[in-house]
Amino acid sequence: MEELINVVDWSRAQFALTAIYHWLFVPLTLGLGIIVAIMETIYWKSRDEKWLATTKFWMLLFGINFAIGVATGIILEFEFGTNWSNYSWFVGDIFGAPLAIEGILAFFMESTFIAVMFFGWKKVSPKFHLASTWLTAIGASISALWILVANAWMQHPVGMEFNPETMRNEMVDFWAIVTSPMAVYKFFHTVFSGWALAGVFVVGISGWMLLKKRNVEHSFRSLKVGAAVGFAGILITILTGDGSAITVARHQPMKLAALEGLYDGNHGQDLVAVGILNADKVPGDNIEPYHFEISIPYGLSVLATHDPNAFVPGINDLIEGRSFTPDGTPVNTVSYAERIARGKQAQQTLKLFNEAREAGNQATADSLRMVLKNDFQYFGYGFFDKPEDIVPNVPLTFYSFRVMVVIGGLLFVFLLAALVFAYKRHLLEGKSWEKWFYRLAILCIPLVYLCSVSGWVVAEVGRQPWTIQDLMPNHVAISDINAGYVQTTFFIFAVIFTTLLIADICIMRKQISKKSKENLDSAKL
Amino acid sequence: MITYEFLQNYWWLLISLLGAILVFMLFVQGGQSMIASAKNPSVRSMMINSLGRKWELTFTSLVVFGGAFFASFPLFYSTSFGGAYWLWMFILFTFIVQAISYKYRNKEGNVYGMRTYDIFLSINGYIAPILLGVAVGMMFFGAEFTVNKTNILNVEAATISQWGPLHGLEAIFNFRNLVLGFTVLFLARVLASLYFINNIDDKEVYASQKKTLLANSVVFVVFFLLFAFFLLTSSGVEVSADGQMKWVEYKYLSNLLSMWWVLVIFLVGVLLVLGGIAATLFIADYKKGIWFSGFGAALVVLCLFFIAGYNNTAYYPSLLNVENSLTIHNSSSSEFTLSAMSIVSLLIPFVLAYIVYAWWSLDRTKITAKEMAETADSDKY
Repeated sequence: MEELINVVDWSRAQFALTAIYHWLFVPLTLGLGIIVAIMETIYWKSRDEKWLATTKFWMLLFGINFAIGVATGIILEFEFGTNWSNYSWFVGDIFGAPLAIEGILAFFMESTFIAVMFFGWKKVSPKFHLASTWLTAIGASISALWILVANAWMQHPVGMEFNPETMRNEMVDFWAIVTSPMAVYKFFHTVFSGWALAGVFVVGISGWMLLKKRNVEHSFRSLKVGAAVGFAGILITILTGDGSAITVARHQPMKLAALEGLYDGNHGQDLVAVGILNADKVPGDNIEPYHFEISIPYGLSVLATHDPNAFVPGINDLIEGRSFTPDGTPVNTVSYAERIARGKQAQQTLKLFNEAREAGNQATADSLRMVLKNDFQYFGYGFFDKPEDIVPNVPLTFYSFRVMVVIGGLLFVFLLAALVFAYKRHLLEGKSWEKWFYRLAILCIPLVYLCSVSGWVVAEVGRQPWTIQDLMPNHVAISDINAGYVQTTFFIFAVIFTTLLIADICIMRKQISKKSKENLDSAKL
Repeated sequence: MITYEFLQNYWWLLISLLGAILVFMLFVQGGQSMIASAKNPSVRSMMINSLGRKWELTFTSLVVFGGAFFASFPLFYSTSFGGAYWLWMFILFTFIVQAISYKYRNKEGNVYGMRTYDIFLSINGYIAPILLGVAVGMMFFGAEFTVNKTNILNVEAATISQWGPLHGLEAIFNFRNLVLGFTVLFLARVLASLYFINNIDDKEVYASQKKTLLANSVVFVVFFLLFAFFLLTSSGVEVSADGQMKWVEYKYLSNLLSMWWVLVIFLVGVLLVLGGIAATLFIADYKKGIWFSGFGAALVVLCLFFIAGYNNTAYYPSLLNVENSLTIHNSSSSEFTLSAMSIVSLLIPFVLAYIVYAWWSLDRTKITAKEMAETADSDKY
C-alpha cells in the first residue's frame, strides 16, 4: 500500500510539473498569436512598414515561446498513457476523442501554417501569409478548445454511461460533452486569460523599452494592440469567472468549500476577502477555521448562486449530507459515509455481475446490471474508507484562489489604464507617474504568470482526490509501475524543463534587448 | 451498412495511414542524424533550415498518431504506454529536446551554445526512429503484458494492464525489434538524402547526398530484408470465430498471401522505394526520388499495419498470456465514439490538402546558400 501511495504521489507530481511548465508557455501562445495577427492585419491594410517591423518583433518572441510549449505539450498527452493507464482505459472512450480531434483539427493547422508564418514572407502572397498567421492563432485556440473540453469532462463527467461488460465508461452524447457549461466556461475563461496574459506581456515589454527610451513609437504601437487585447481578455475572463463559480458550486461543491476554507455553511454565506487559515483545522472538529478574516457579507452566496440568501454548504455539511434550499427546506443529500457504502456496494455488484456472466447466467447478470445502474454514481467513492480522505488540500486551494482573484483584479485596473494611456499618450508622457507606470508594467509580467498558474492550481487541486470527479480517484487511475521509475523520470523532466526554461528566458531577454536597440520603425519582407 | 466492425476496421485503416505518414515524415529525423557530417557551416545551415520547415509536421504526426490511437483503441494506449514505460519515455525525451533545438540553436543568449542544440537534434535523429521501430516491432513480435479488467475492483492492485518488470527495456534489447528499429532509421536517412536533393539547390549538397544515399540505401536494404525474413517466418496470434486466440506459425506470411491486395500494394511500395533511390542515383540531375520513395515507404508501412491488425490477427500479441492479446475488436472504443470520430475524420482530406498546398507554396523556391547568407539570423534556424 505504501508503494502504491508513492507511485500515486510521484505520478501526480510528474503530471503537475509537466502541466505547470506547459501552462507557462501556452497562454502566451494563445494571446500573442492573436496580437501578432492583428498587427499583421494592420500592416496588410496600411502597407506601412512600421507595422511590419512591429509584427516581426513580436512574431520572433512568439516563435521562441511556441517551441517550448510544443515540447511540454507532447509529454502531457503521452503521460495519460504512461502514468495513468487505468484512467486511459476506464474513460479513454470519452477522453481520447477530444484529444484525437485536437490533433486532427488543430495541431496540423498550427504546424502547417506556422512554417508559412515564419518562412513564407518572400515565398507566398501577403494575403496567404496573413491568412497563415491567423490560422496559426486560430489553430492554437481550437487546440485549447478540445483539451479544455476534455479537462472539463474530468471535472464534471457528462454524456456517458458505464458499460459493465467492457468495464469502462462509454460516450453516449458527444454534444453533451462539448456543450457542457463546465466546458464552455472553462474554454472562454482559459483562452481569454491567455489574451490577458499576452496583453500584459506586450505592455510590460513595451514599458521596459519606453523606460529605456528605445523605439518609443514602436512601443506605443505595441501598447495599443497589446492593451486592447489584454483588456478584452481580462474583462471576459472575469465575466466567465462568474459563470465558472456557479458551475463549480453546482457540480463540485467540495471544491467551492475548499477554496473558501468553509467548513460549516450558512444561508447568506459571507465570502472571505482576506484571511489566514488555521492549519490545525480538520473536518469535524470545533477549531475555528481562520486565525483572521475580513469577509464580504453574502458574498459567497451571491458568487455561488447569484442569490444573497442561498445556502452554501461547507466541507462538514457535504460530508454529513446537509444542504438546504434557499427557503430553508432541508435537501436530501447523501452523506459521504453513505456514498462510500453505496460505492462499495456498486463494486460488489459489478464483481457479481462479472461472475454471473462468466458462469453464463444471463438472467442474474441482467438484474445485477439494473442494480448497478442505481448505485454507479457513487462507484468512485467505494475506493475510499473514510470521508476525510475525500477532502482536497484546503490551504493550497484557498490561497491560490485569493492570489488569482486579487492579482486578476489588479490586472483589470492596470490594463484599463494601459489602454487609456496607449490612446491618450498626453495623459502619460511627461507626467510624474510615467516611469512608475512603466515599472509597474514590468512588475505585472511575473504577476500575470502567478495569477494564471494559480487559476489552474485552484481548478486541479480543488478537485482532488479525483482524477474524474466522483468516478475515479487518483490511486485507482495509475499505471502498474515502480515508484522509483516515476521518481527518476520526474527528476529527468524537472532538469530538462528547467534547463529549457532558462534557455527560453535568456533568449527572450537577449532578443528583446538586441532588437530594442535596432530601428523598429522600418523593416523589409 | 456501417456496422461496429466496419468502424473498427476503418479506424485501424486511419491509424495505419497516420503511421505511414509518420514514417514518411521521419526523413526529418534521418536528416538530423546527418547534420554532424555536414562539410561546412553553409551546408549545415541549408540542411537544418530545410528540415526546420518540416519538423513540426513530423512532431504533429506523432502526436496525432498517439491521440488517434488513444481515442480509437484505448486499451492499446493504456497497455503499451503504461507498460513499456521506459521505451515511451526515451522516445519522449528525444522529442522534447528536438522541439526547442531548431528555434534556439542560432539565437543569441541560448546559454548552452549552438553545438548543444545540434547534438540534441542528432540524438533525436538517431534514437527516435530506432525506438519508434522497436515500439512497432512489438506489434509483430509480441510484448510482455497481461490484461485483466476486473483488477479495477481490487484497490491494492487496481491496474488492469500489467507489464513485465523491465517495463519496455526488454523490448528495446529484443533483436528482432531492433532490426525493425534500424530499418526505420536507415529508411529515414535514405528519405532524408532524397529530400535534401529535392529541397536544396546546391551542387555540393547534391554530390555529397548522392554518396550518402548510396551507402544508406545498401544498409537499409540489408536491414529491410532481415526484418522481412523475421516477419514472414514469425508466428502471430490468430483469433478464431469464437474469440479464442492462439499462436499460429507463419501468420504474417499467411496474412500477406491471403490478402492478395495487400501483397500487391506491398510489392508496389517496395518497388517505388527502390525505384526512387535508383532513379536518383543513376539518372543525372534527377531530384524527384523523394516522392516515389516516400510514397512507396508509406505504402509499405500501411501494409505492415494491415497484416498486423486485419485478417483475424491480434495486433499486439501478449507473450505472457496469449488470450490477453489485443485485437482491433477487443481494444477499440465503443461504436458511438468511433462513429462520432468518423464524422470528424471526414475532414482529413481537407487537412491533407492544405498541408500539401502550404508545403508546395514554401518549397517552390528551393533553399540555396545565397538565401541562407542573405537571411537574418532571427529569420532562420
